[in-house]
Amino acid sequence: MLENIYNELVTEHSRNKENRRTLENATVKERGHNPSCGDEITLELEVKDGVISDAAFSGSGCAISQASTDMMIELVRGKTVEEAKKLADLFIKMIQGEITDEDTLSELDDAAILQNVSTMPGRVKCATLAWHTLDIAVKNSEA
Amino acid sequence: MNNKFLKDFPILRGEMNGHPLTYLDNSATTQKPESVVKSICGYYGGCNANPHRGVYELSVKATKVYEDARNKVAEFINANADEIIFTKNATESLNLIAYSYGLTNLRSGDEILITISEHHSDLVPWQMVARATGATLNYIYLDADGNLSESDIEKKLTRRTKILAVTQISNVLGLVNDVKTLAARAHELGAIVVVDGSQSVPHIPVDVRDLDADFLAFSGHKMLSPMGIGVLFGKRKLLEDMPPFLSGGDMIEYVEEQTTTFAELPQKFEAGTQNVGGAAGLTAAINYLNGIGFDEIERIERDLTSYAIAELKRLQYVEMYGCNSSRDNKIGIITFNIKDVHPHDVATILDAQGVAIRAGHHCAQPLLKYLGQNSTCRASFYFYNTRQDVDRFIEAIGQVRKIMRVD
Repeated sequence: MLENIYNELVTEHSRNKENRRTLENATVKERGHNPSCGDEITLELEVKDGVISDAAFSGSGCAISQASTDMMIELVRGKTVEEAKKLADLFIKMIQGEITDEDTLSELDDAAILQNVSTMPGRVKCATLAWHTLDIAVKNSEA
Repeated sequence: MNNKFLKDFPILRGEMNGHPLTYLDNSATTQKPESVVKSICGYYGGCNANPHRGVYELSVKATKVYEDARNKVAEFINANADEIIFTKNATESLNLIAYSYGLTNLRSGDEILITISEHHSDLVPWQMVARATGATLNYIYLDADGNLSESDIEKKLTRRTKILAVTQISNVLGLVNDVKTLAARAHELGAIVVVDGSQSVPHIPVDVRDLDADFLAFSGHKMLSPMGIGVLFGKRKLLEDMPPFLSGGDMIEYVEEQTTTFAELPQKFEAGTQNVGGAAGLTAAINYLNGIGFDEIERIERDLTSYAIAELKRLQYVEMYGCNSSRDNKIGIITFNIKDVHPHDVATILDAQGVAIRAGHHCAQPLLKYLGQNSTCRASFYFYNTRQDVDRFIEAIGQVRKIMRVD
């Protein structure tokens, strides 16, 4: 069970420093927080003409929340806001166990590996924090 | 390992994730012995009716179950029965004090003094009282060893202090505060003393007369009882002068269209149908604890705590909080972190090995911030734990850094 969750990809992403920074030209900044456990991230996006040209984050939390955020940043960089919204929706549906089709989930790249979290109700919020935050951030970027 | 208590706790003989259950989250809630479960079934199966209301025999029986529990609690903490108010839990008890005593008696310029190690339930209500009355909320901070700072107490406990609210044992640090001495000093200065007994009443003998506490709050579920039954002790004179907290049925004397006179203590503070099944469970729990005796309970928990601390000290990557007290006042709770691994990941890895611990802020965010931590792990014991539980816990801890690939 543990190997399915804390595999090499997850532990590596959880400690990856590349995407932990602030953006000079951030157009959206959104804070996400799980009050019950203290996971906390600040997501920054630079949106130009409907495209996320850069993304980064800062924060602290468990390996699952931090790896999930890191995977998401790498996934949405270069995508349109519309695509990012769809991916966030797909990720959340994967964790909720609503979408299990491998081909569909492959759109999530590395983040698809977090599918196993769907069997751990205690850790669902850790995995989805970044994606909920992204969803709010892109909505704000359009407002 | 032979443990004479296990026969009474079927849940502790069970498994979690394919391993024998090692339950080390007793500060959050304890398991319930069969005698407690039977007493609840016995109440609902044989005596259930609305107490205090019916004239028929069954209602009289229900009333007796409920009032016997009150007498049992009174005897347990050395109070009078009419000074025992049943609530849902310690949180409700503390809110009752804050709303009923705090809002009525505090004014702008008054001070409320609490400690930085309070649980949110003995902190957030006081913020509310301070905001509503214009009183100031002050904090006693800690010495390096985790105990309350003497110089801070000296400085902040003054004639302006109207309420001193203090936990007898911190749910994070596991250190026993000298409430008796604090209460004596507070009384000299004219303050009333609220004691959060959530972590003390289940583990050490608590005598409200000896402590000279004005109020004491605790939860049944942290001492073998069902969830949903809690206790507020208050000195009679204080309770008599306080307005009701919740109003409605059973707490009244006469109700006219526009006015009401209220019942005597303790009914004045017990509006609506109460948790009689919970009270029956609480009686059985106190009987169970009395059957063991606090000398034995303390001896077991101190042994487990010192054994676990000694084992954890051998692991260089473990950092502990509140485990270096200069006084002999550590009991039952070990809060720690594993270097480079987040507490939630630690808890998940232990869970997979059958070990239940708590990870997070333990409803004490200001304390965690004061300790410079976002989150910590906590293992907490009760008398039914064994050295074998500690061994399993330590073995599971030994896996954590390997699984997270930080070694």
